[in-house]
Amino acid sequence: MDWVNVALQGVLLGGLFALFATGLALVFGVMRLVNLAHGDLGILAAFVALFLLDSFHLGVLLASVLAIGVMVAIGYVLQRGLLNFTIGTDDTRPILVTFGLSIIIQNALIMAFSADSQGLDVGSIENASMRISDQLAVGWYPLIVFVIAVAAIAALQLFLNRTSLGRAFRATSDDREAAELMGIDNSHIYGLAMAIALGLVALAGILLAIRTTFDPSQGSFRLIFAFEAVIMGGMGSIWGTLAGGIILGVSQTLGAQAFGAGWGIFVGHAVFLTVLAFKPSGFFAKTVTA
Amino acid sequence: MSILELKEVNVFYGDFQALFSVSFSVEEGQTFAFIGANGGGKSTLLRTVAGLLKPASGELCFQGESIVGVPAHKRVGMGIALVPEGRRVFPSLSVHENLLIGAYGGRKGEWNVESVLELFPLLSPLMKRQASSLSGGEQQALAIGRALMANPQLILLDEVSLGLAPVVIKRIYEAMGHLVGKGTTILVVEQDVQHVLTVADYVACFLEGRISLEGKPGDLSSEQITAAYFGM
Repeated sequence: MDWVNVALQGVLLGGLFALFATGLALVFGVMRLVNLAHGDLGILAAFVALFLLDSFHLGVLLASVLAIGVMVAIGYVLQRGLLNFTIGTDDTRPILVTFGLSIIIQNALIMAFSADSQGLDVGSIENASMRISDQLAVGWYPLIVFVIAVAAIAALQLFLNRTSLGRAFRATSDDREAAELMGIDNSHIYGLAMAIALGLVALAGILLAIRTTFDPSQGSFRLIFAFEAVIMGGMGSIWGTLAGGIILGVSQTLGAQAFGAGWGIFVGHAVFLTVLAFKPSGFFAKTVTA
Repeated sequence: MSILELKEVNVFYGDFQALFSVSFSVEEGQTFAFIGANGGGKSTLLRTVAGLLKPASGELCFQGESIVGVPAHKRVGMGIALVPEGRRVFPSLSVHENLLIGAYGGRKGEWNVESVLELFPLLSPLMKRQASSLSGGEQQALAIGRALMANPQLILLDEVSLGLAPVVIKRIYEAMGHLVGKGTTILVVEQDVQHVLTVADYVACFLEGRISLEGKPGDLSSEQITAAYFGM
């Protein structure tokens, strides 16, 4: 029963991984931009929330909502003001620019907040749990995080499939020049895509910061986990990213259970590499060509 | 008044000059055809009019106003729609979504999903299919229908008959006749000279980035056209 319990924790953890990864996948899908600062931007959101909390004595919820709003605005401005100039040139330029961005964010956070671990405290809910049977228990907070993650991913999917703007996102992703001929302003679409991506990663970063402690260096780990979730799930599929996140989460928790606490992340990477070796396109890839 | 006027337009791809001081004007309601061999500059010209390429120098006027600085996505709203070479339908979108995205530029007019399906009934049973699964002829009909959804005053057709079965080409030319009846101005690029001369009011031949011959099809002899086409 221990194992079932551990696997269940892994599934819930996977929801958070997937939420971290969704924005990365969206941005890559819409504009073929690999954002190496994605994880750091999520951690930045947690620090923004912490700053708002400490400076203005807001509640955690209000501070979080504001921080997400700030990140959405940063996303649009960052895309229009900087990243749009790197797109459609050679592939290495956006990677170099976002890598630089990642270093700047990490070091700016160390200067402003020090390298110490921080936490966002929401009180007793963090540790409360619900007993399903004698041996099976689920923490309320991980469950809430999972539900929020699935809801956010579902909302994004609905937006892409059902709205006129979402259709424009997909058209731009298929063929940016043809999209322009339809009257779609790609620069604006890219700005909106980055805004949504940073809103999602901000939500993920804040949920993470409540779950555990965080510090400025964590963005890089988050980025790797996000990449693993996206690749295992398959490019172009948002539900695939959720599946990829869950596979990674379960691998990590089962690995830690089997070989000891330090081995969880290792087993996660090993499972990822196995998938990459035998099914490099991922499980739910949805790439279409004309 | 002419709907489209180009004066001394020069266009480059990097260091390579593709158009050399091209000038012409198109009257409203006209069907204006560009013929010429590959690499002559026909597609470049349409892409410049659509706004995908910026002229290095020269003037480009639509309905009497300069549009040189207007980006492509805004020209759609002004009433210029390009059906690009190679069809370029959105492969992952359904046929219905491809048509809807054509209306994104938001010009009001008589074209909507229903009237496009009336023009191209072959699309009706395909509406839910992914555009990538369509045949070449079906994709071409979709690409033209998608451009019409923007309710253009000026439609630019780039090699719309290339690689299609004769029966499909016939259908597309019939559709063009239908557009002319509605007063839409058409700029058409073709390699198939015989076909296009039957529908065009005016024809210009491109050779190595310059207009080598122009006139009404009735006024031009086939010897003149051959000479202009091949530069002999």
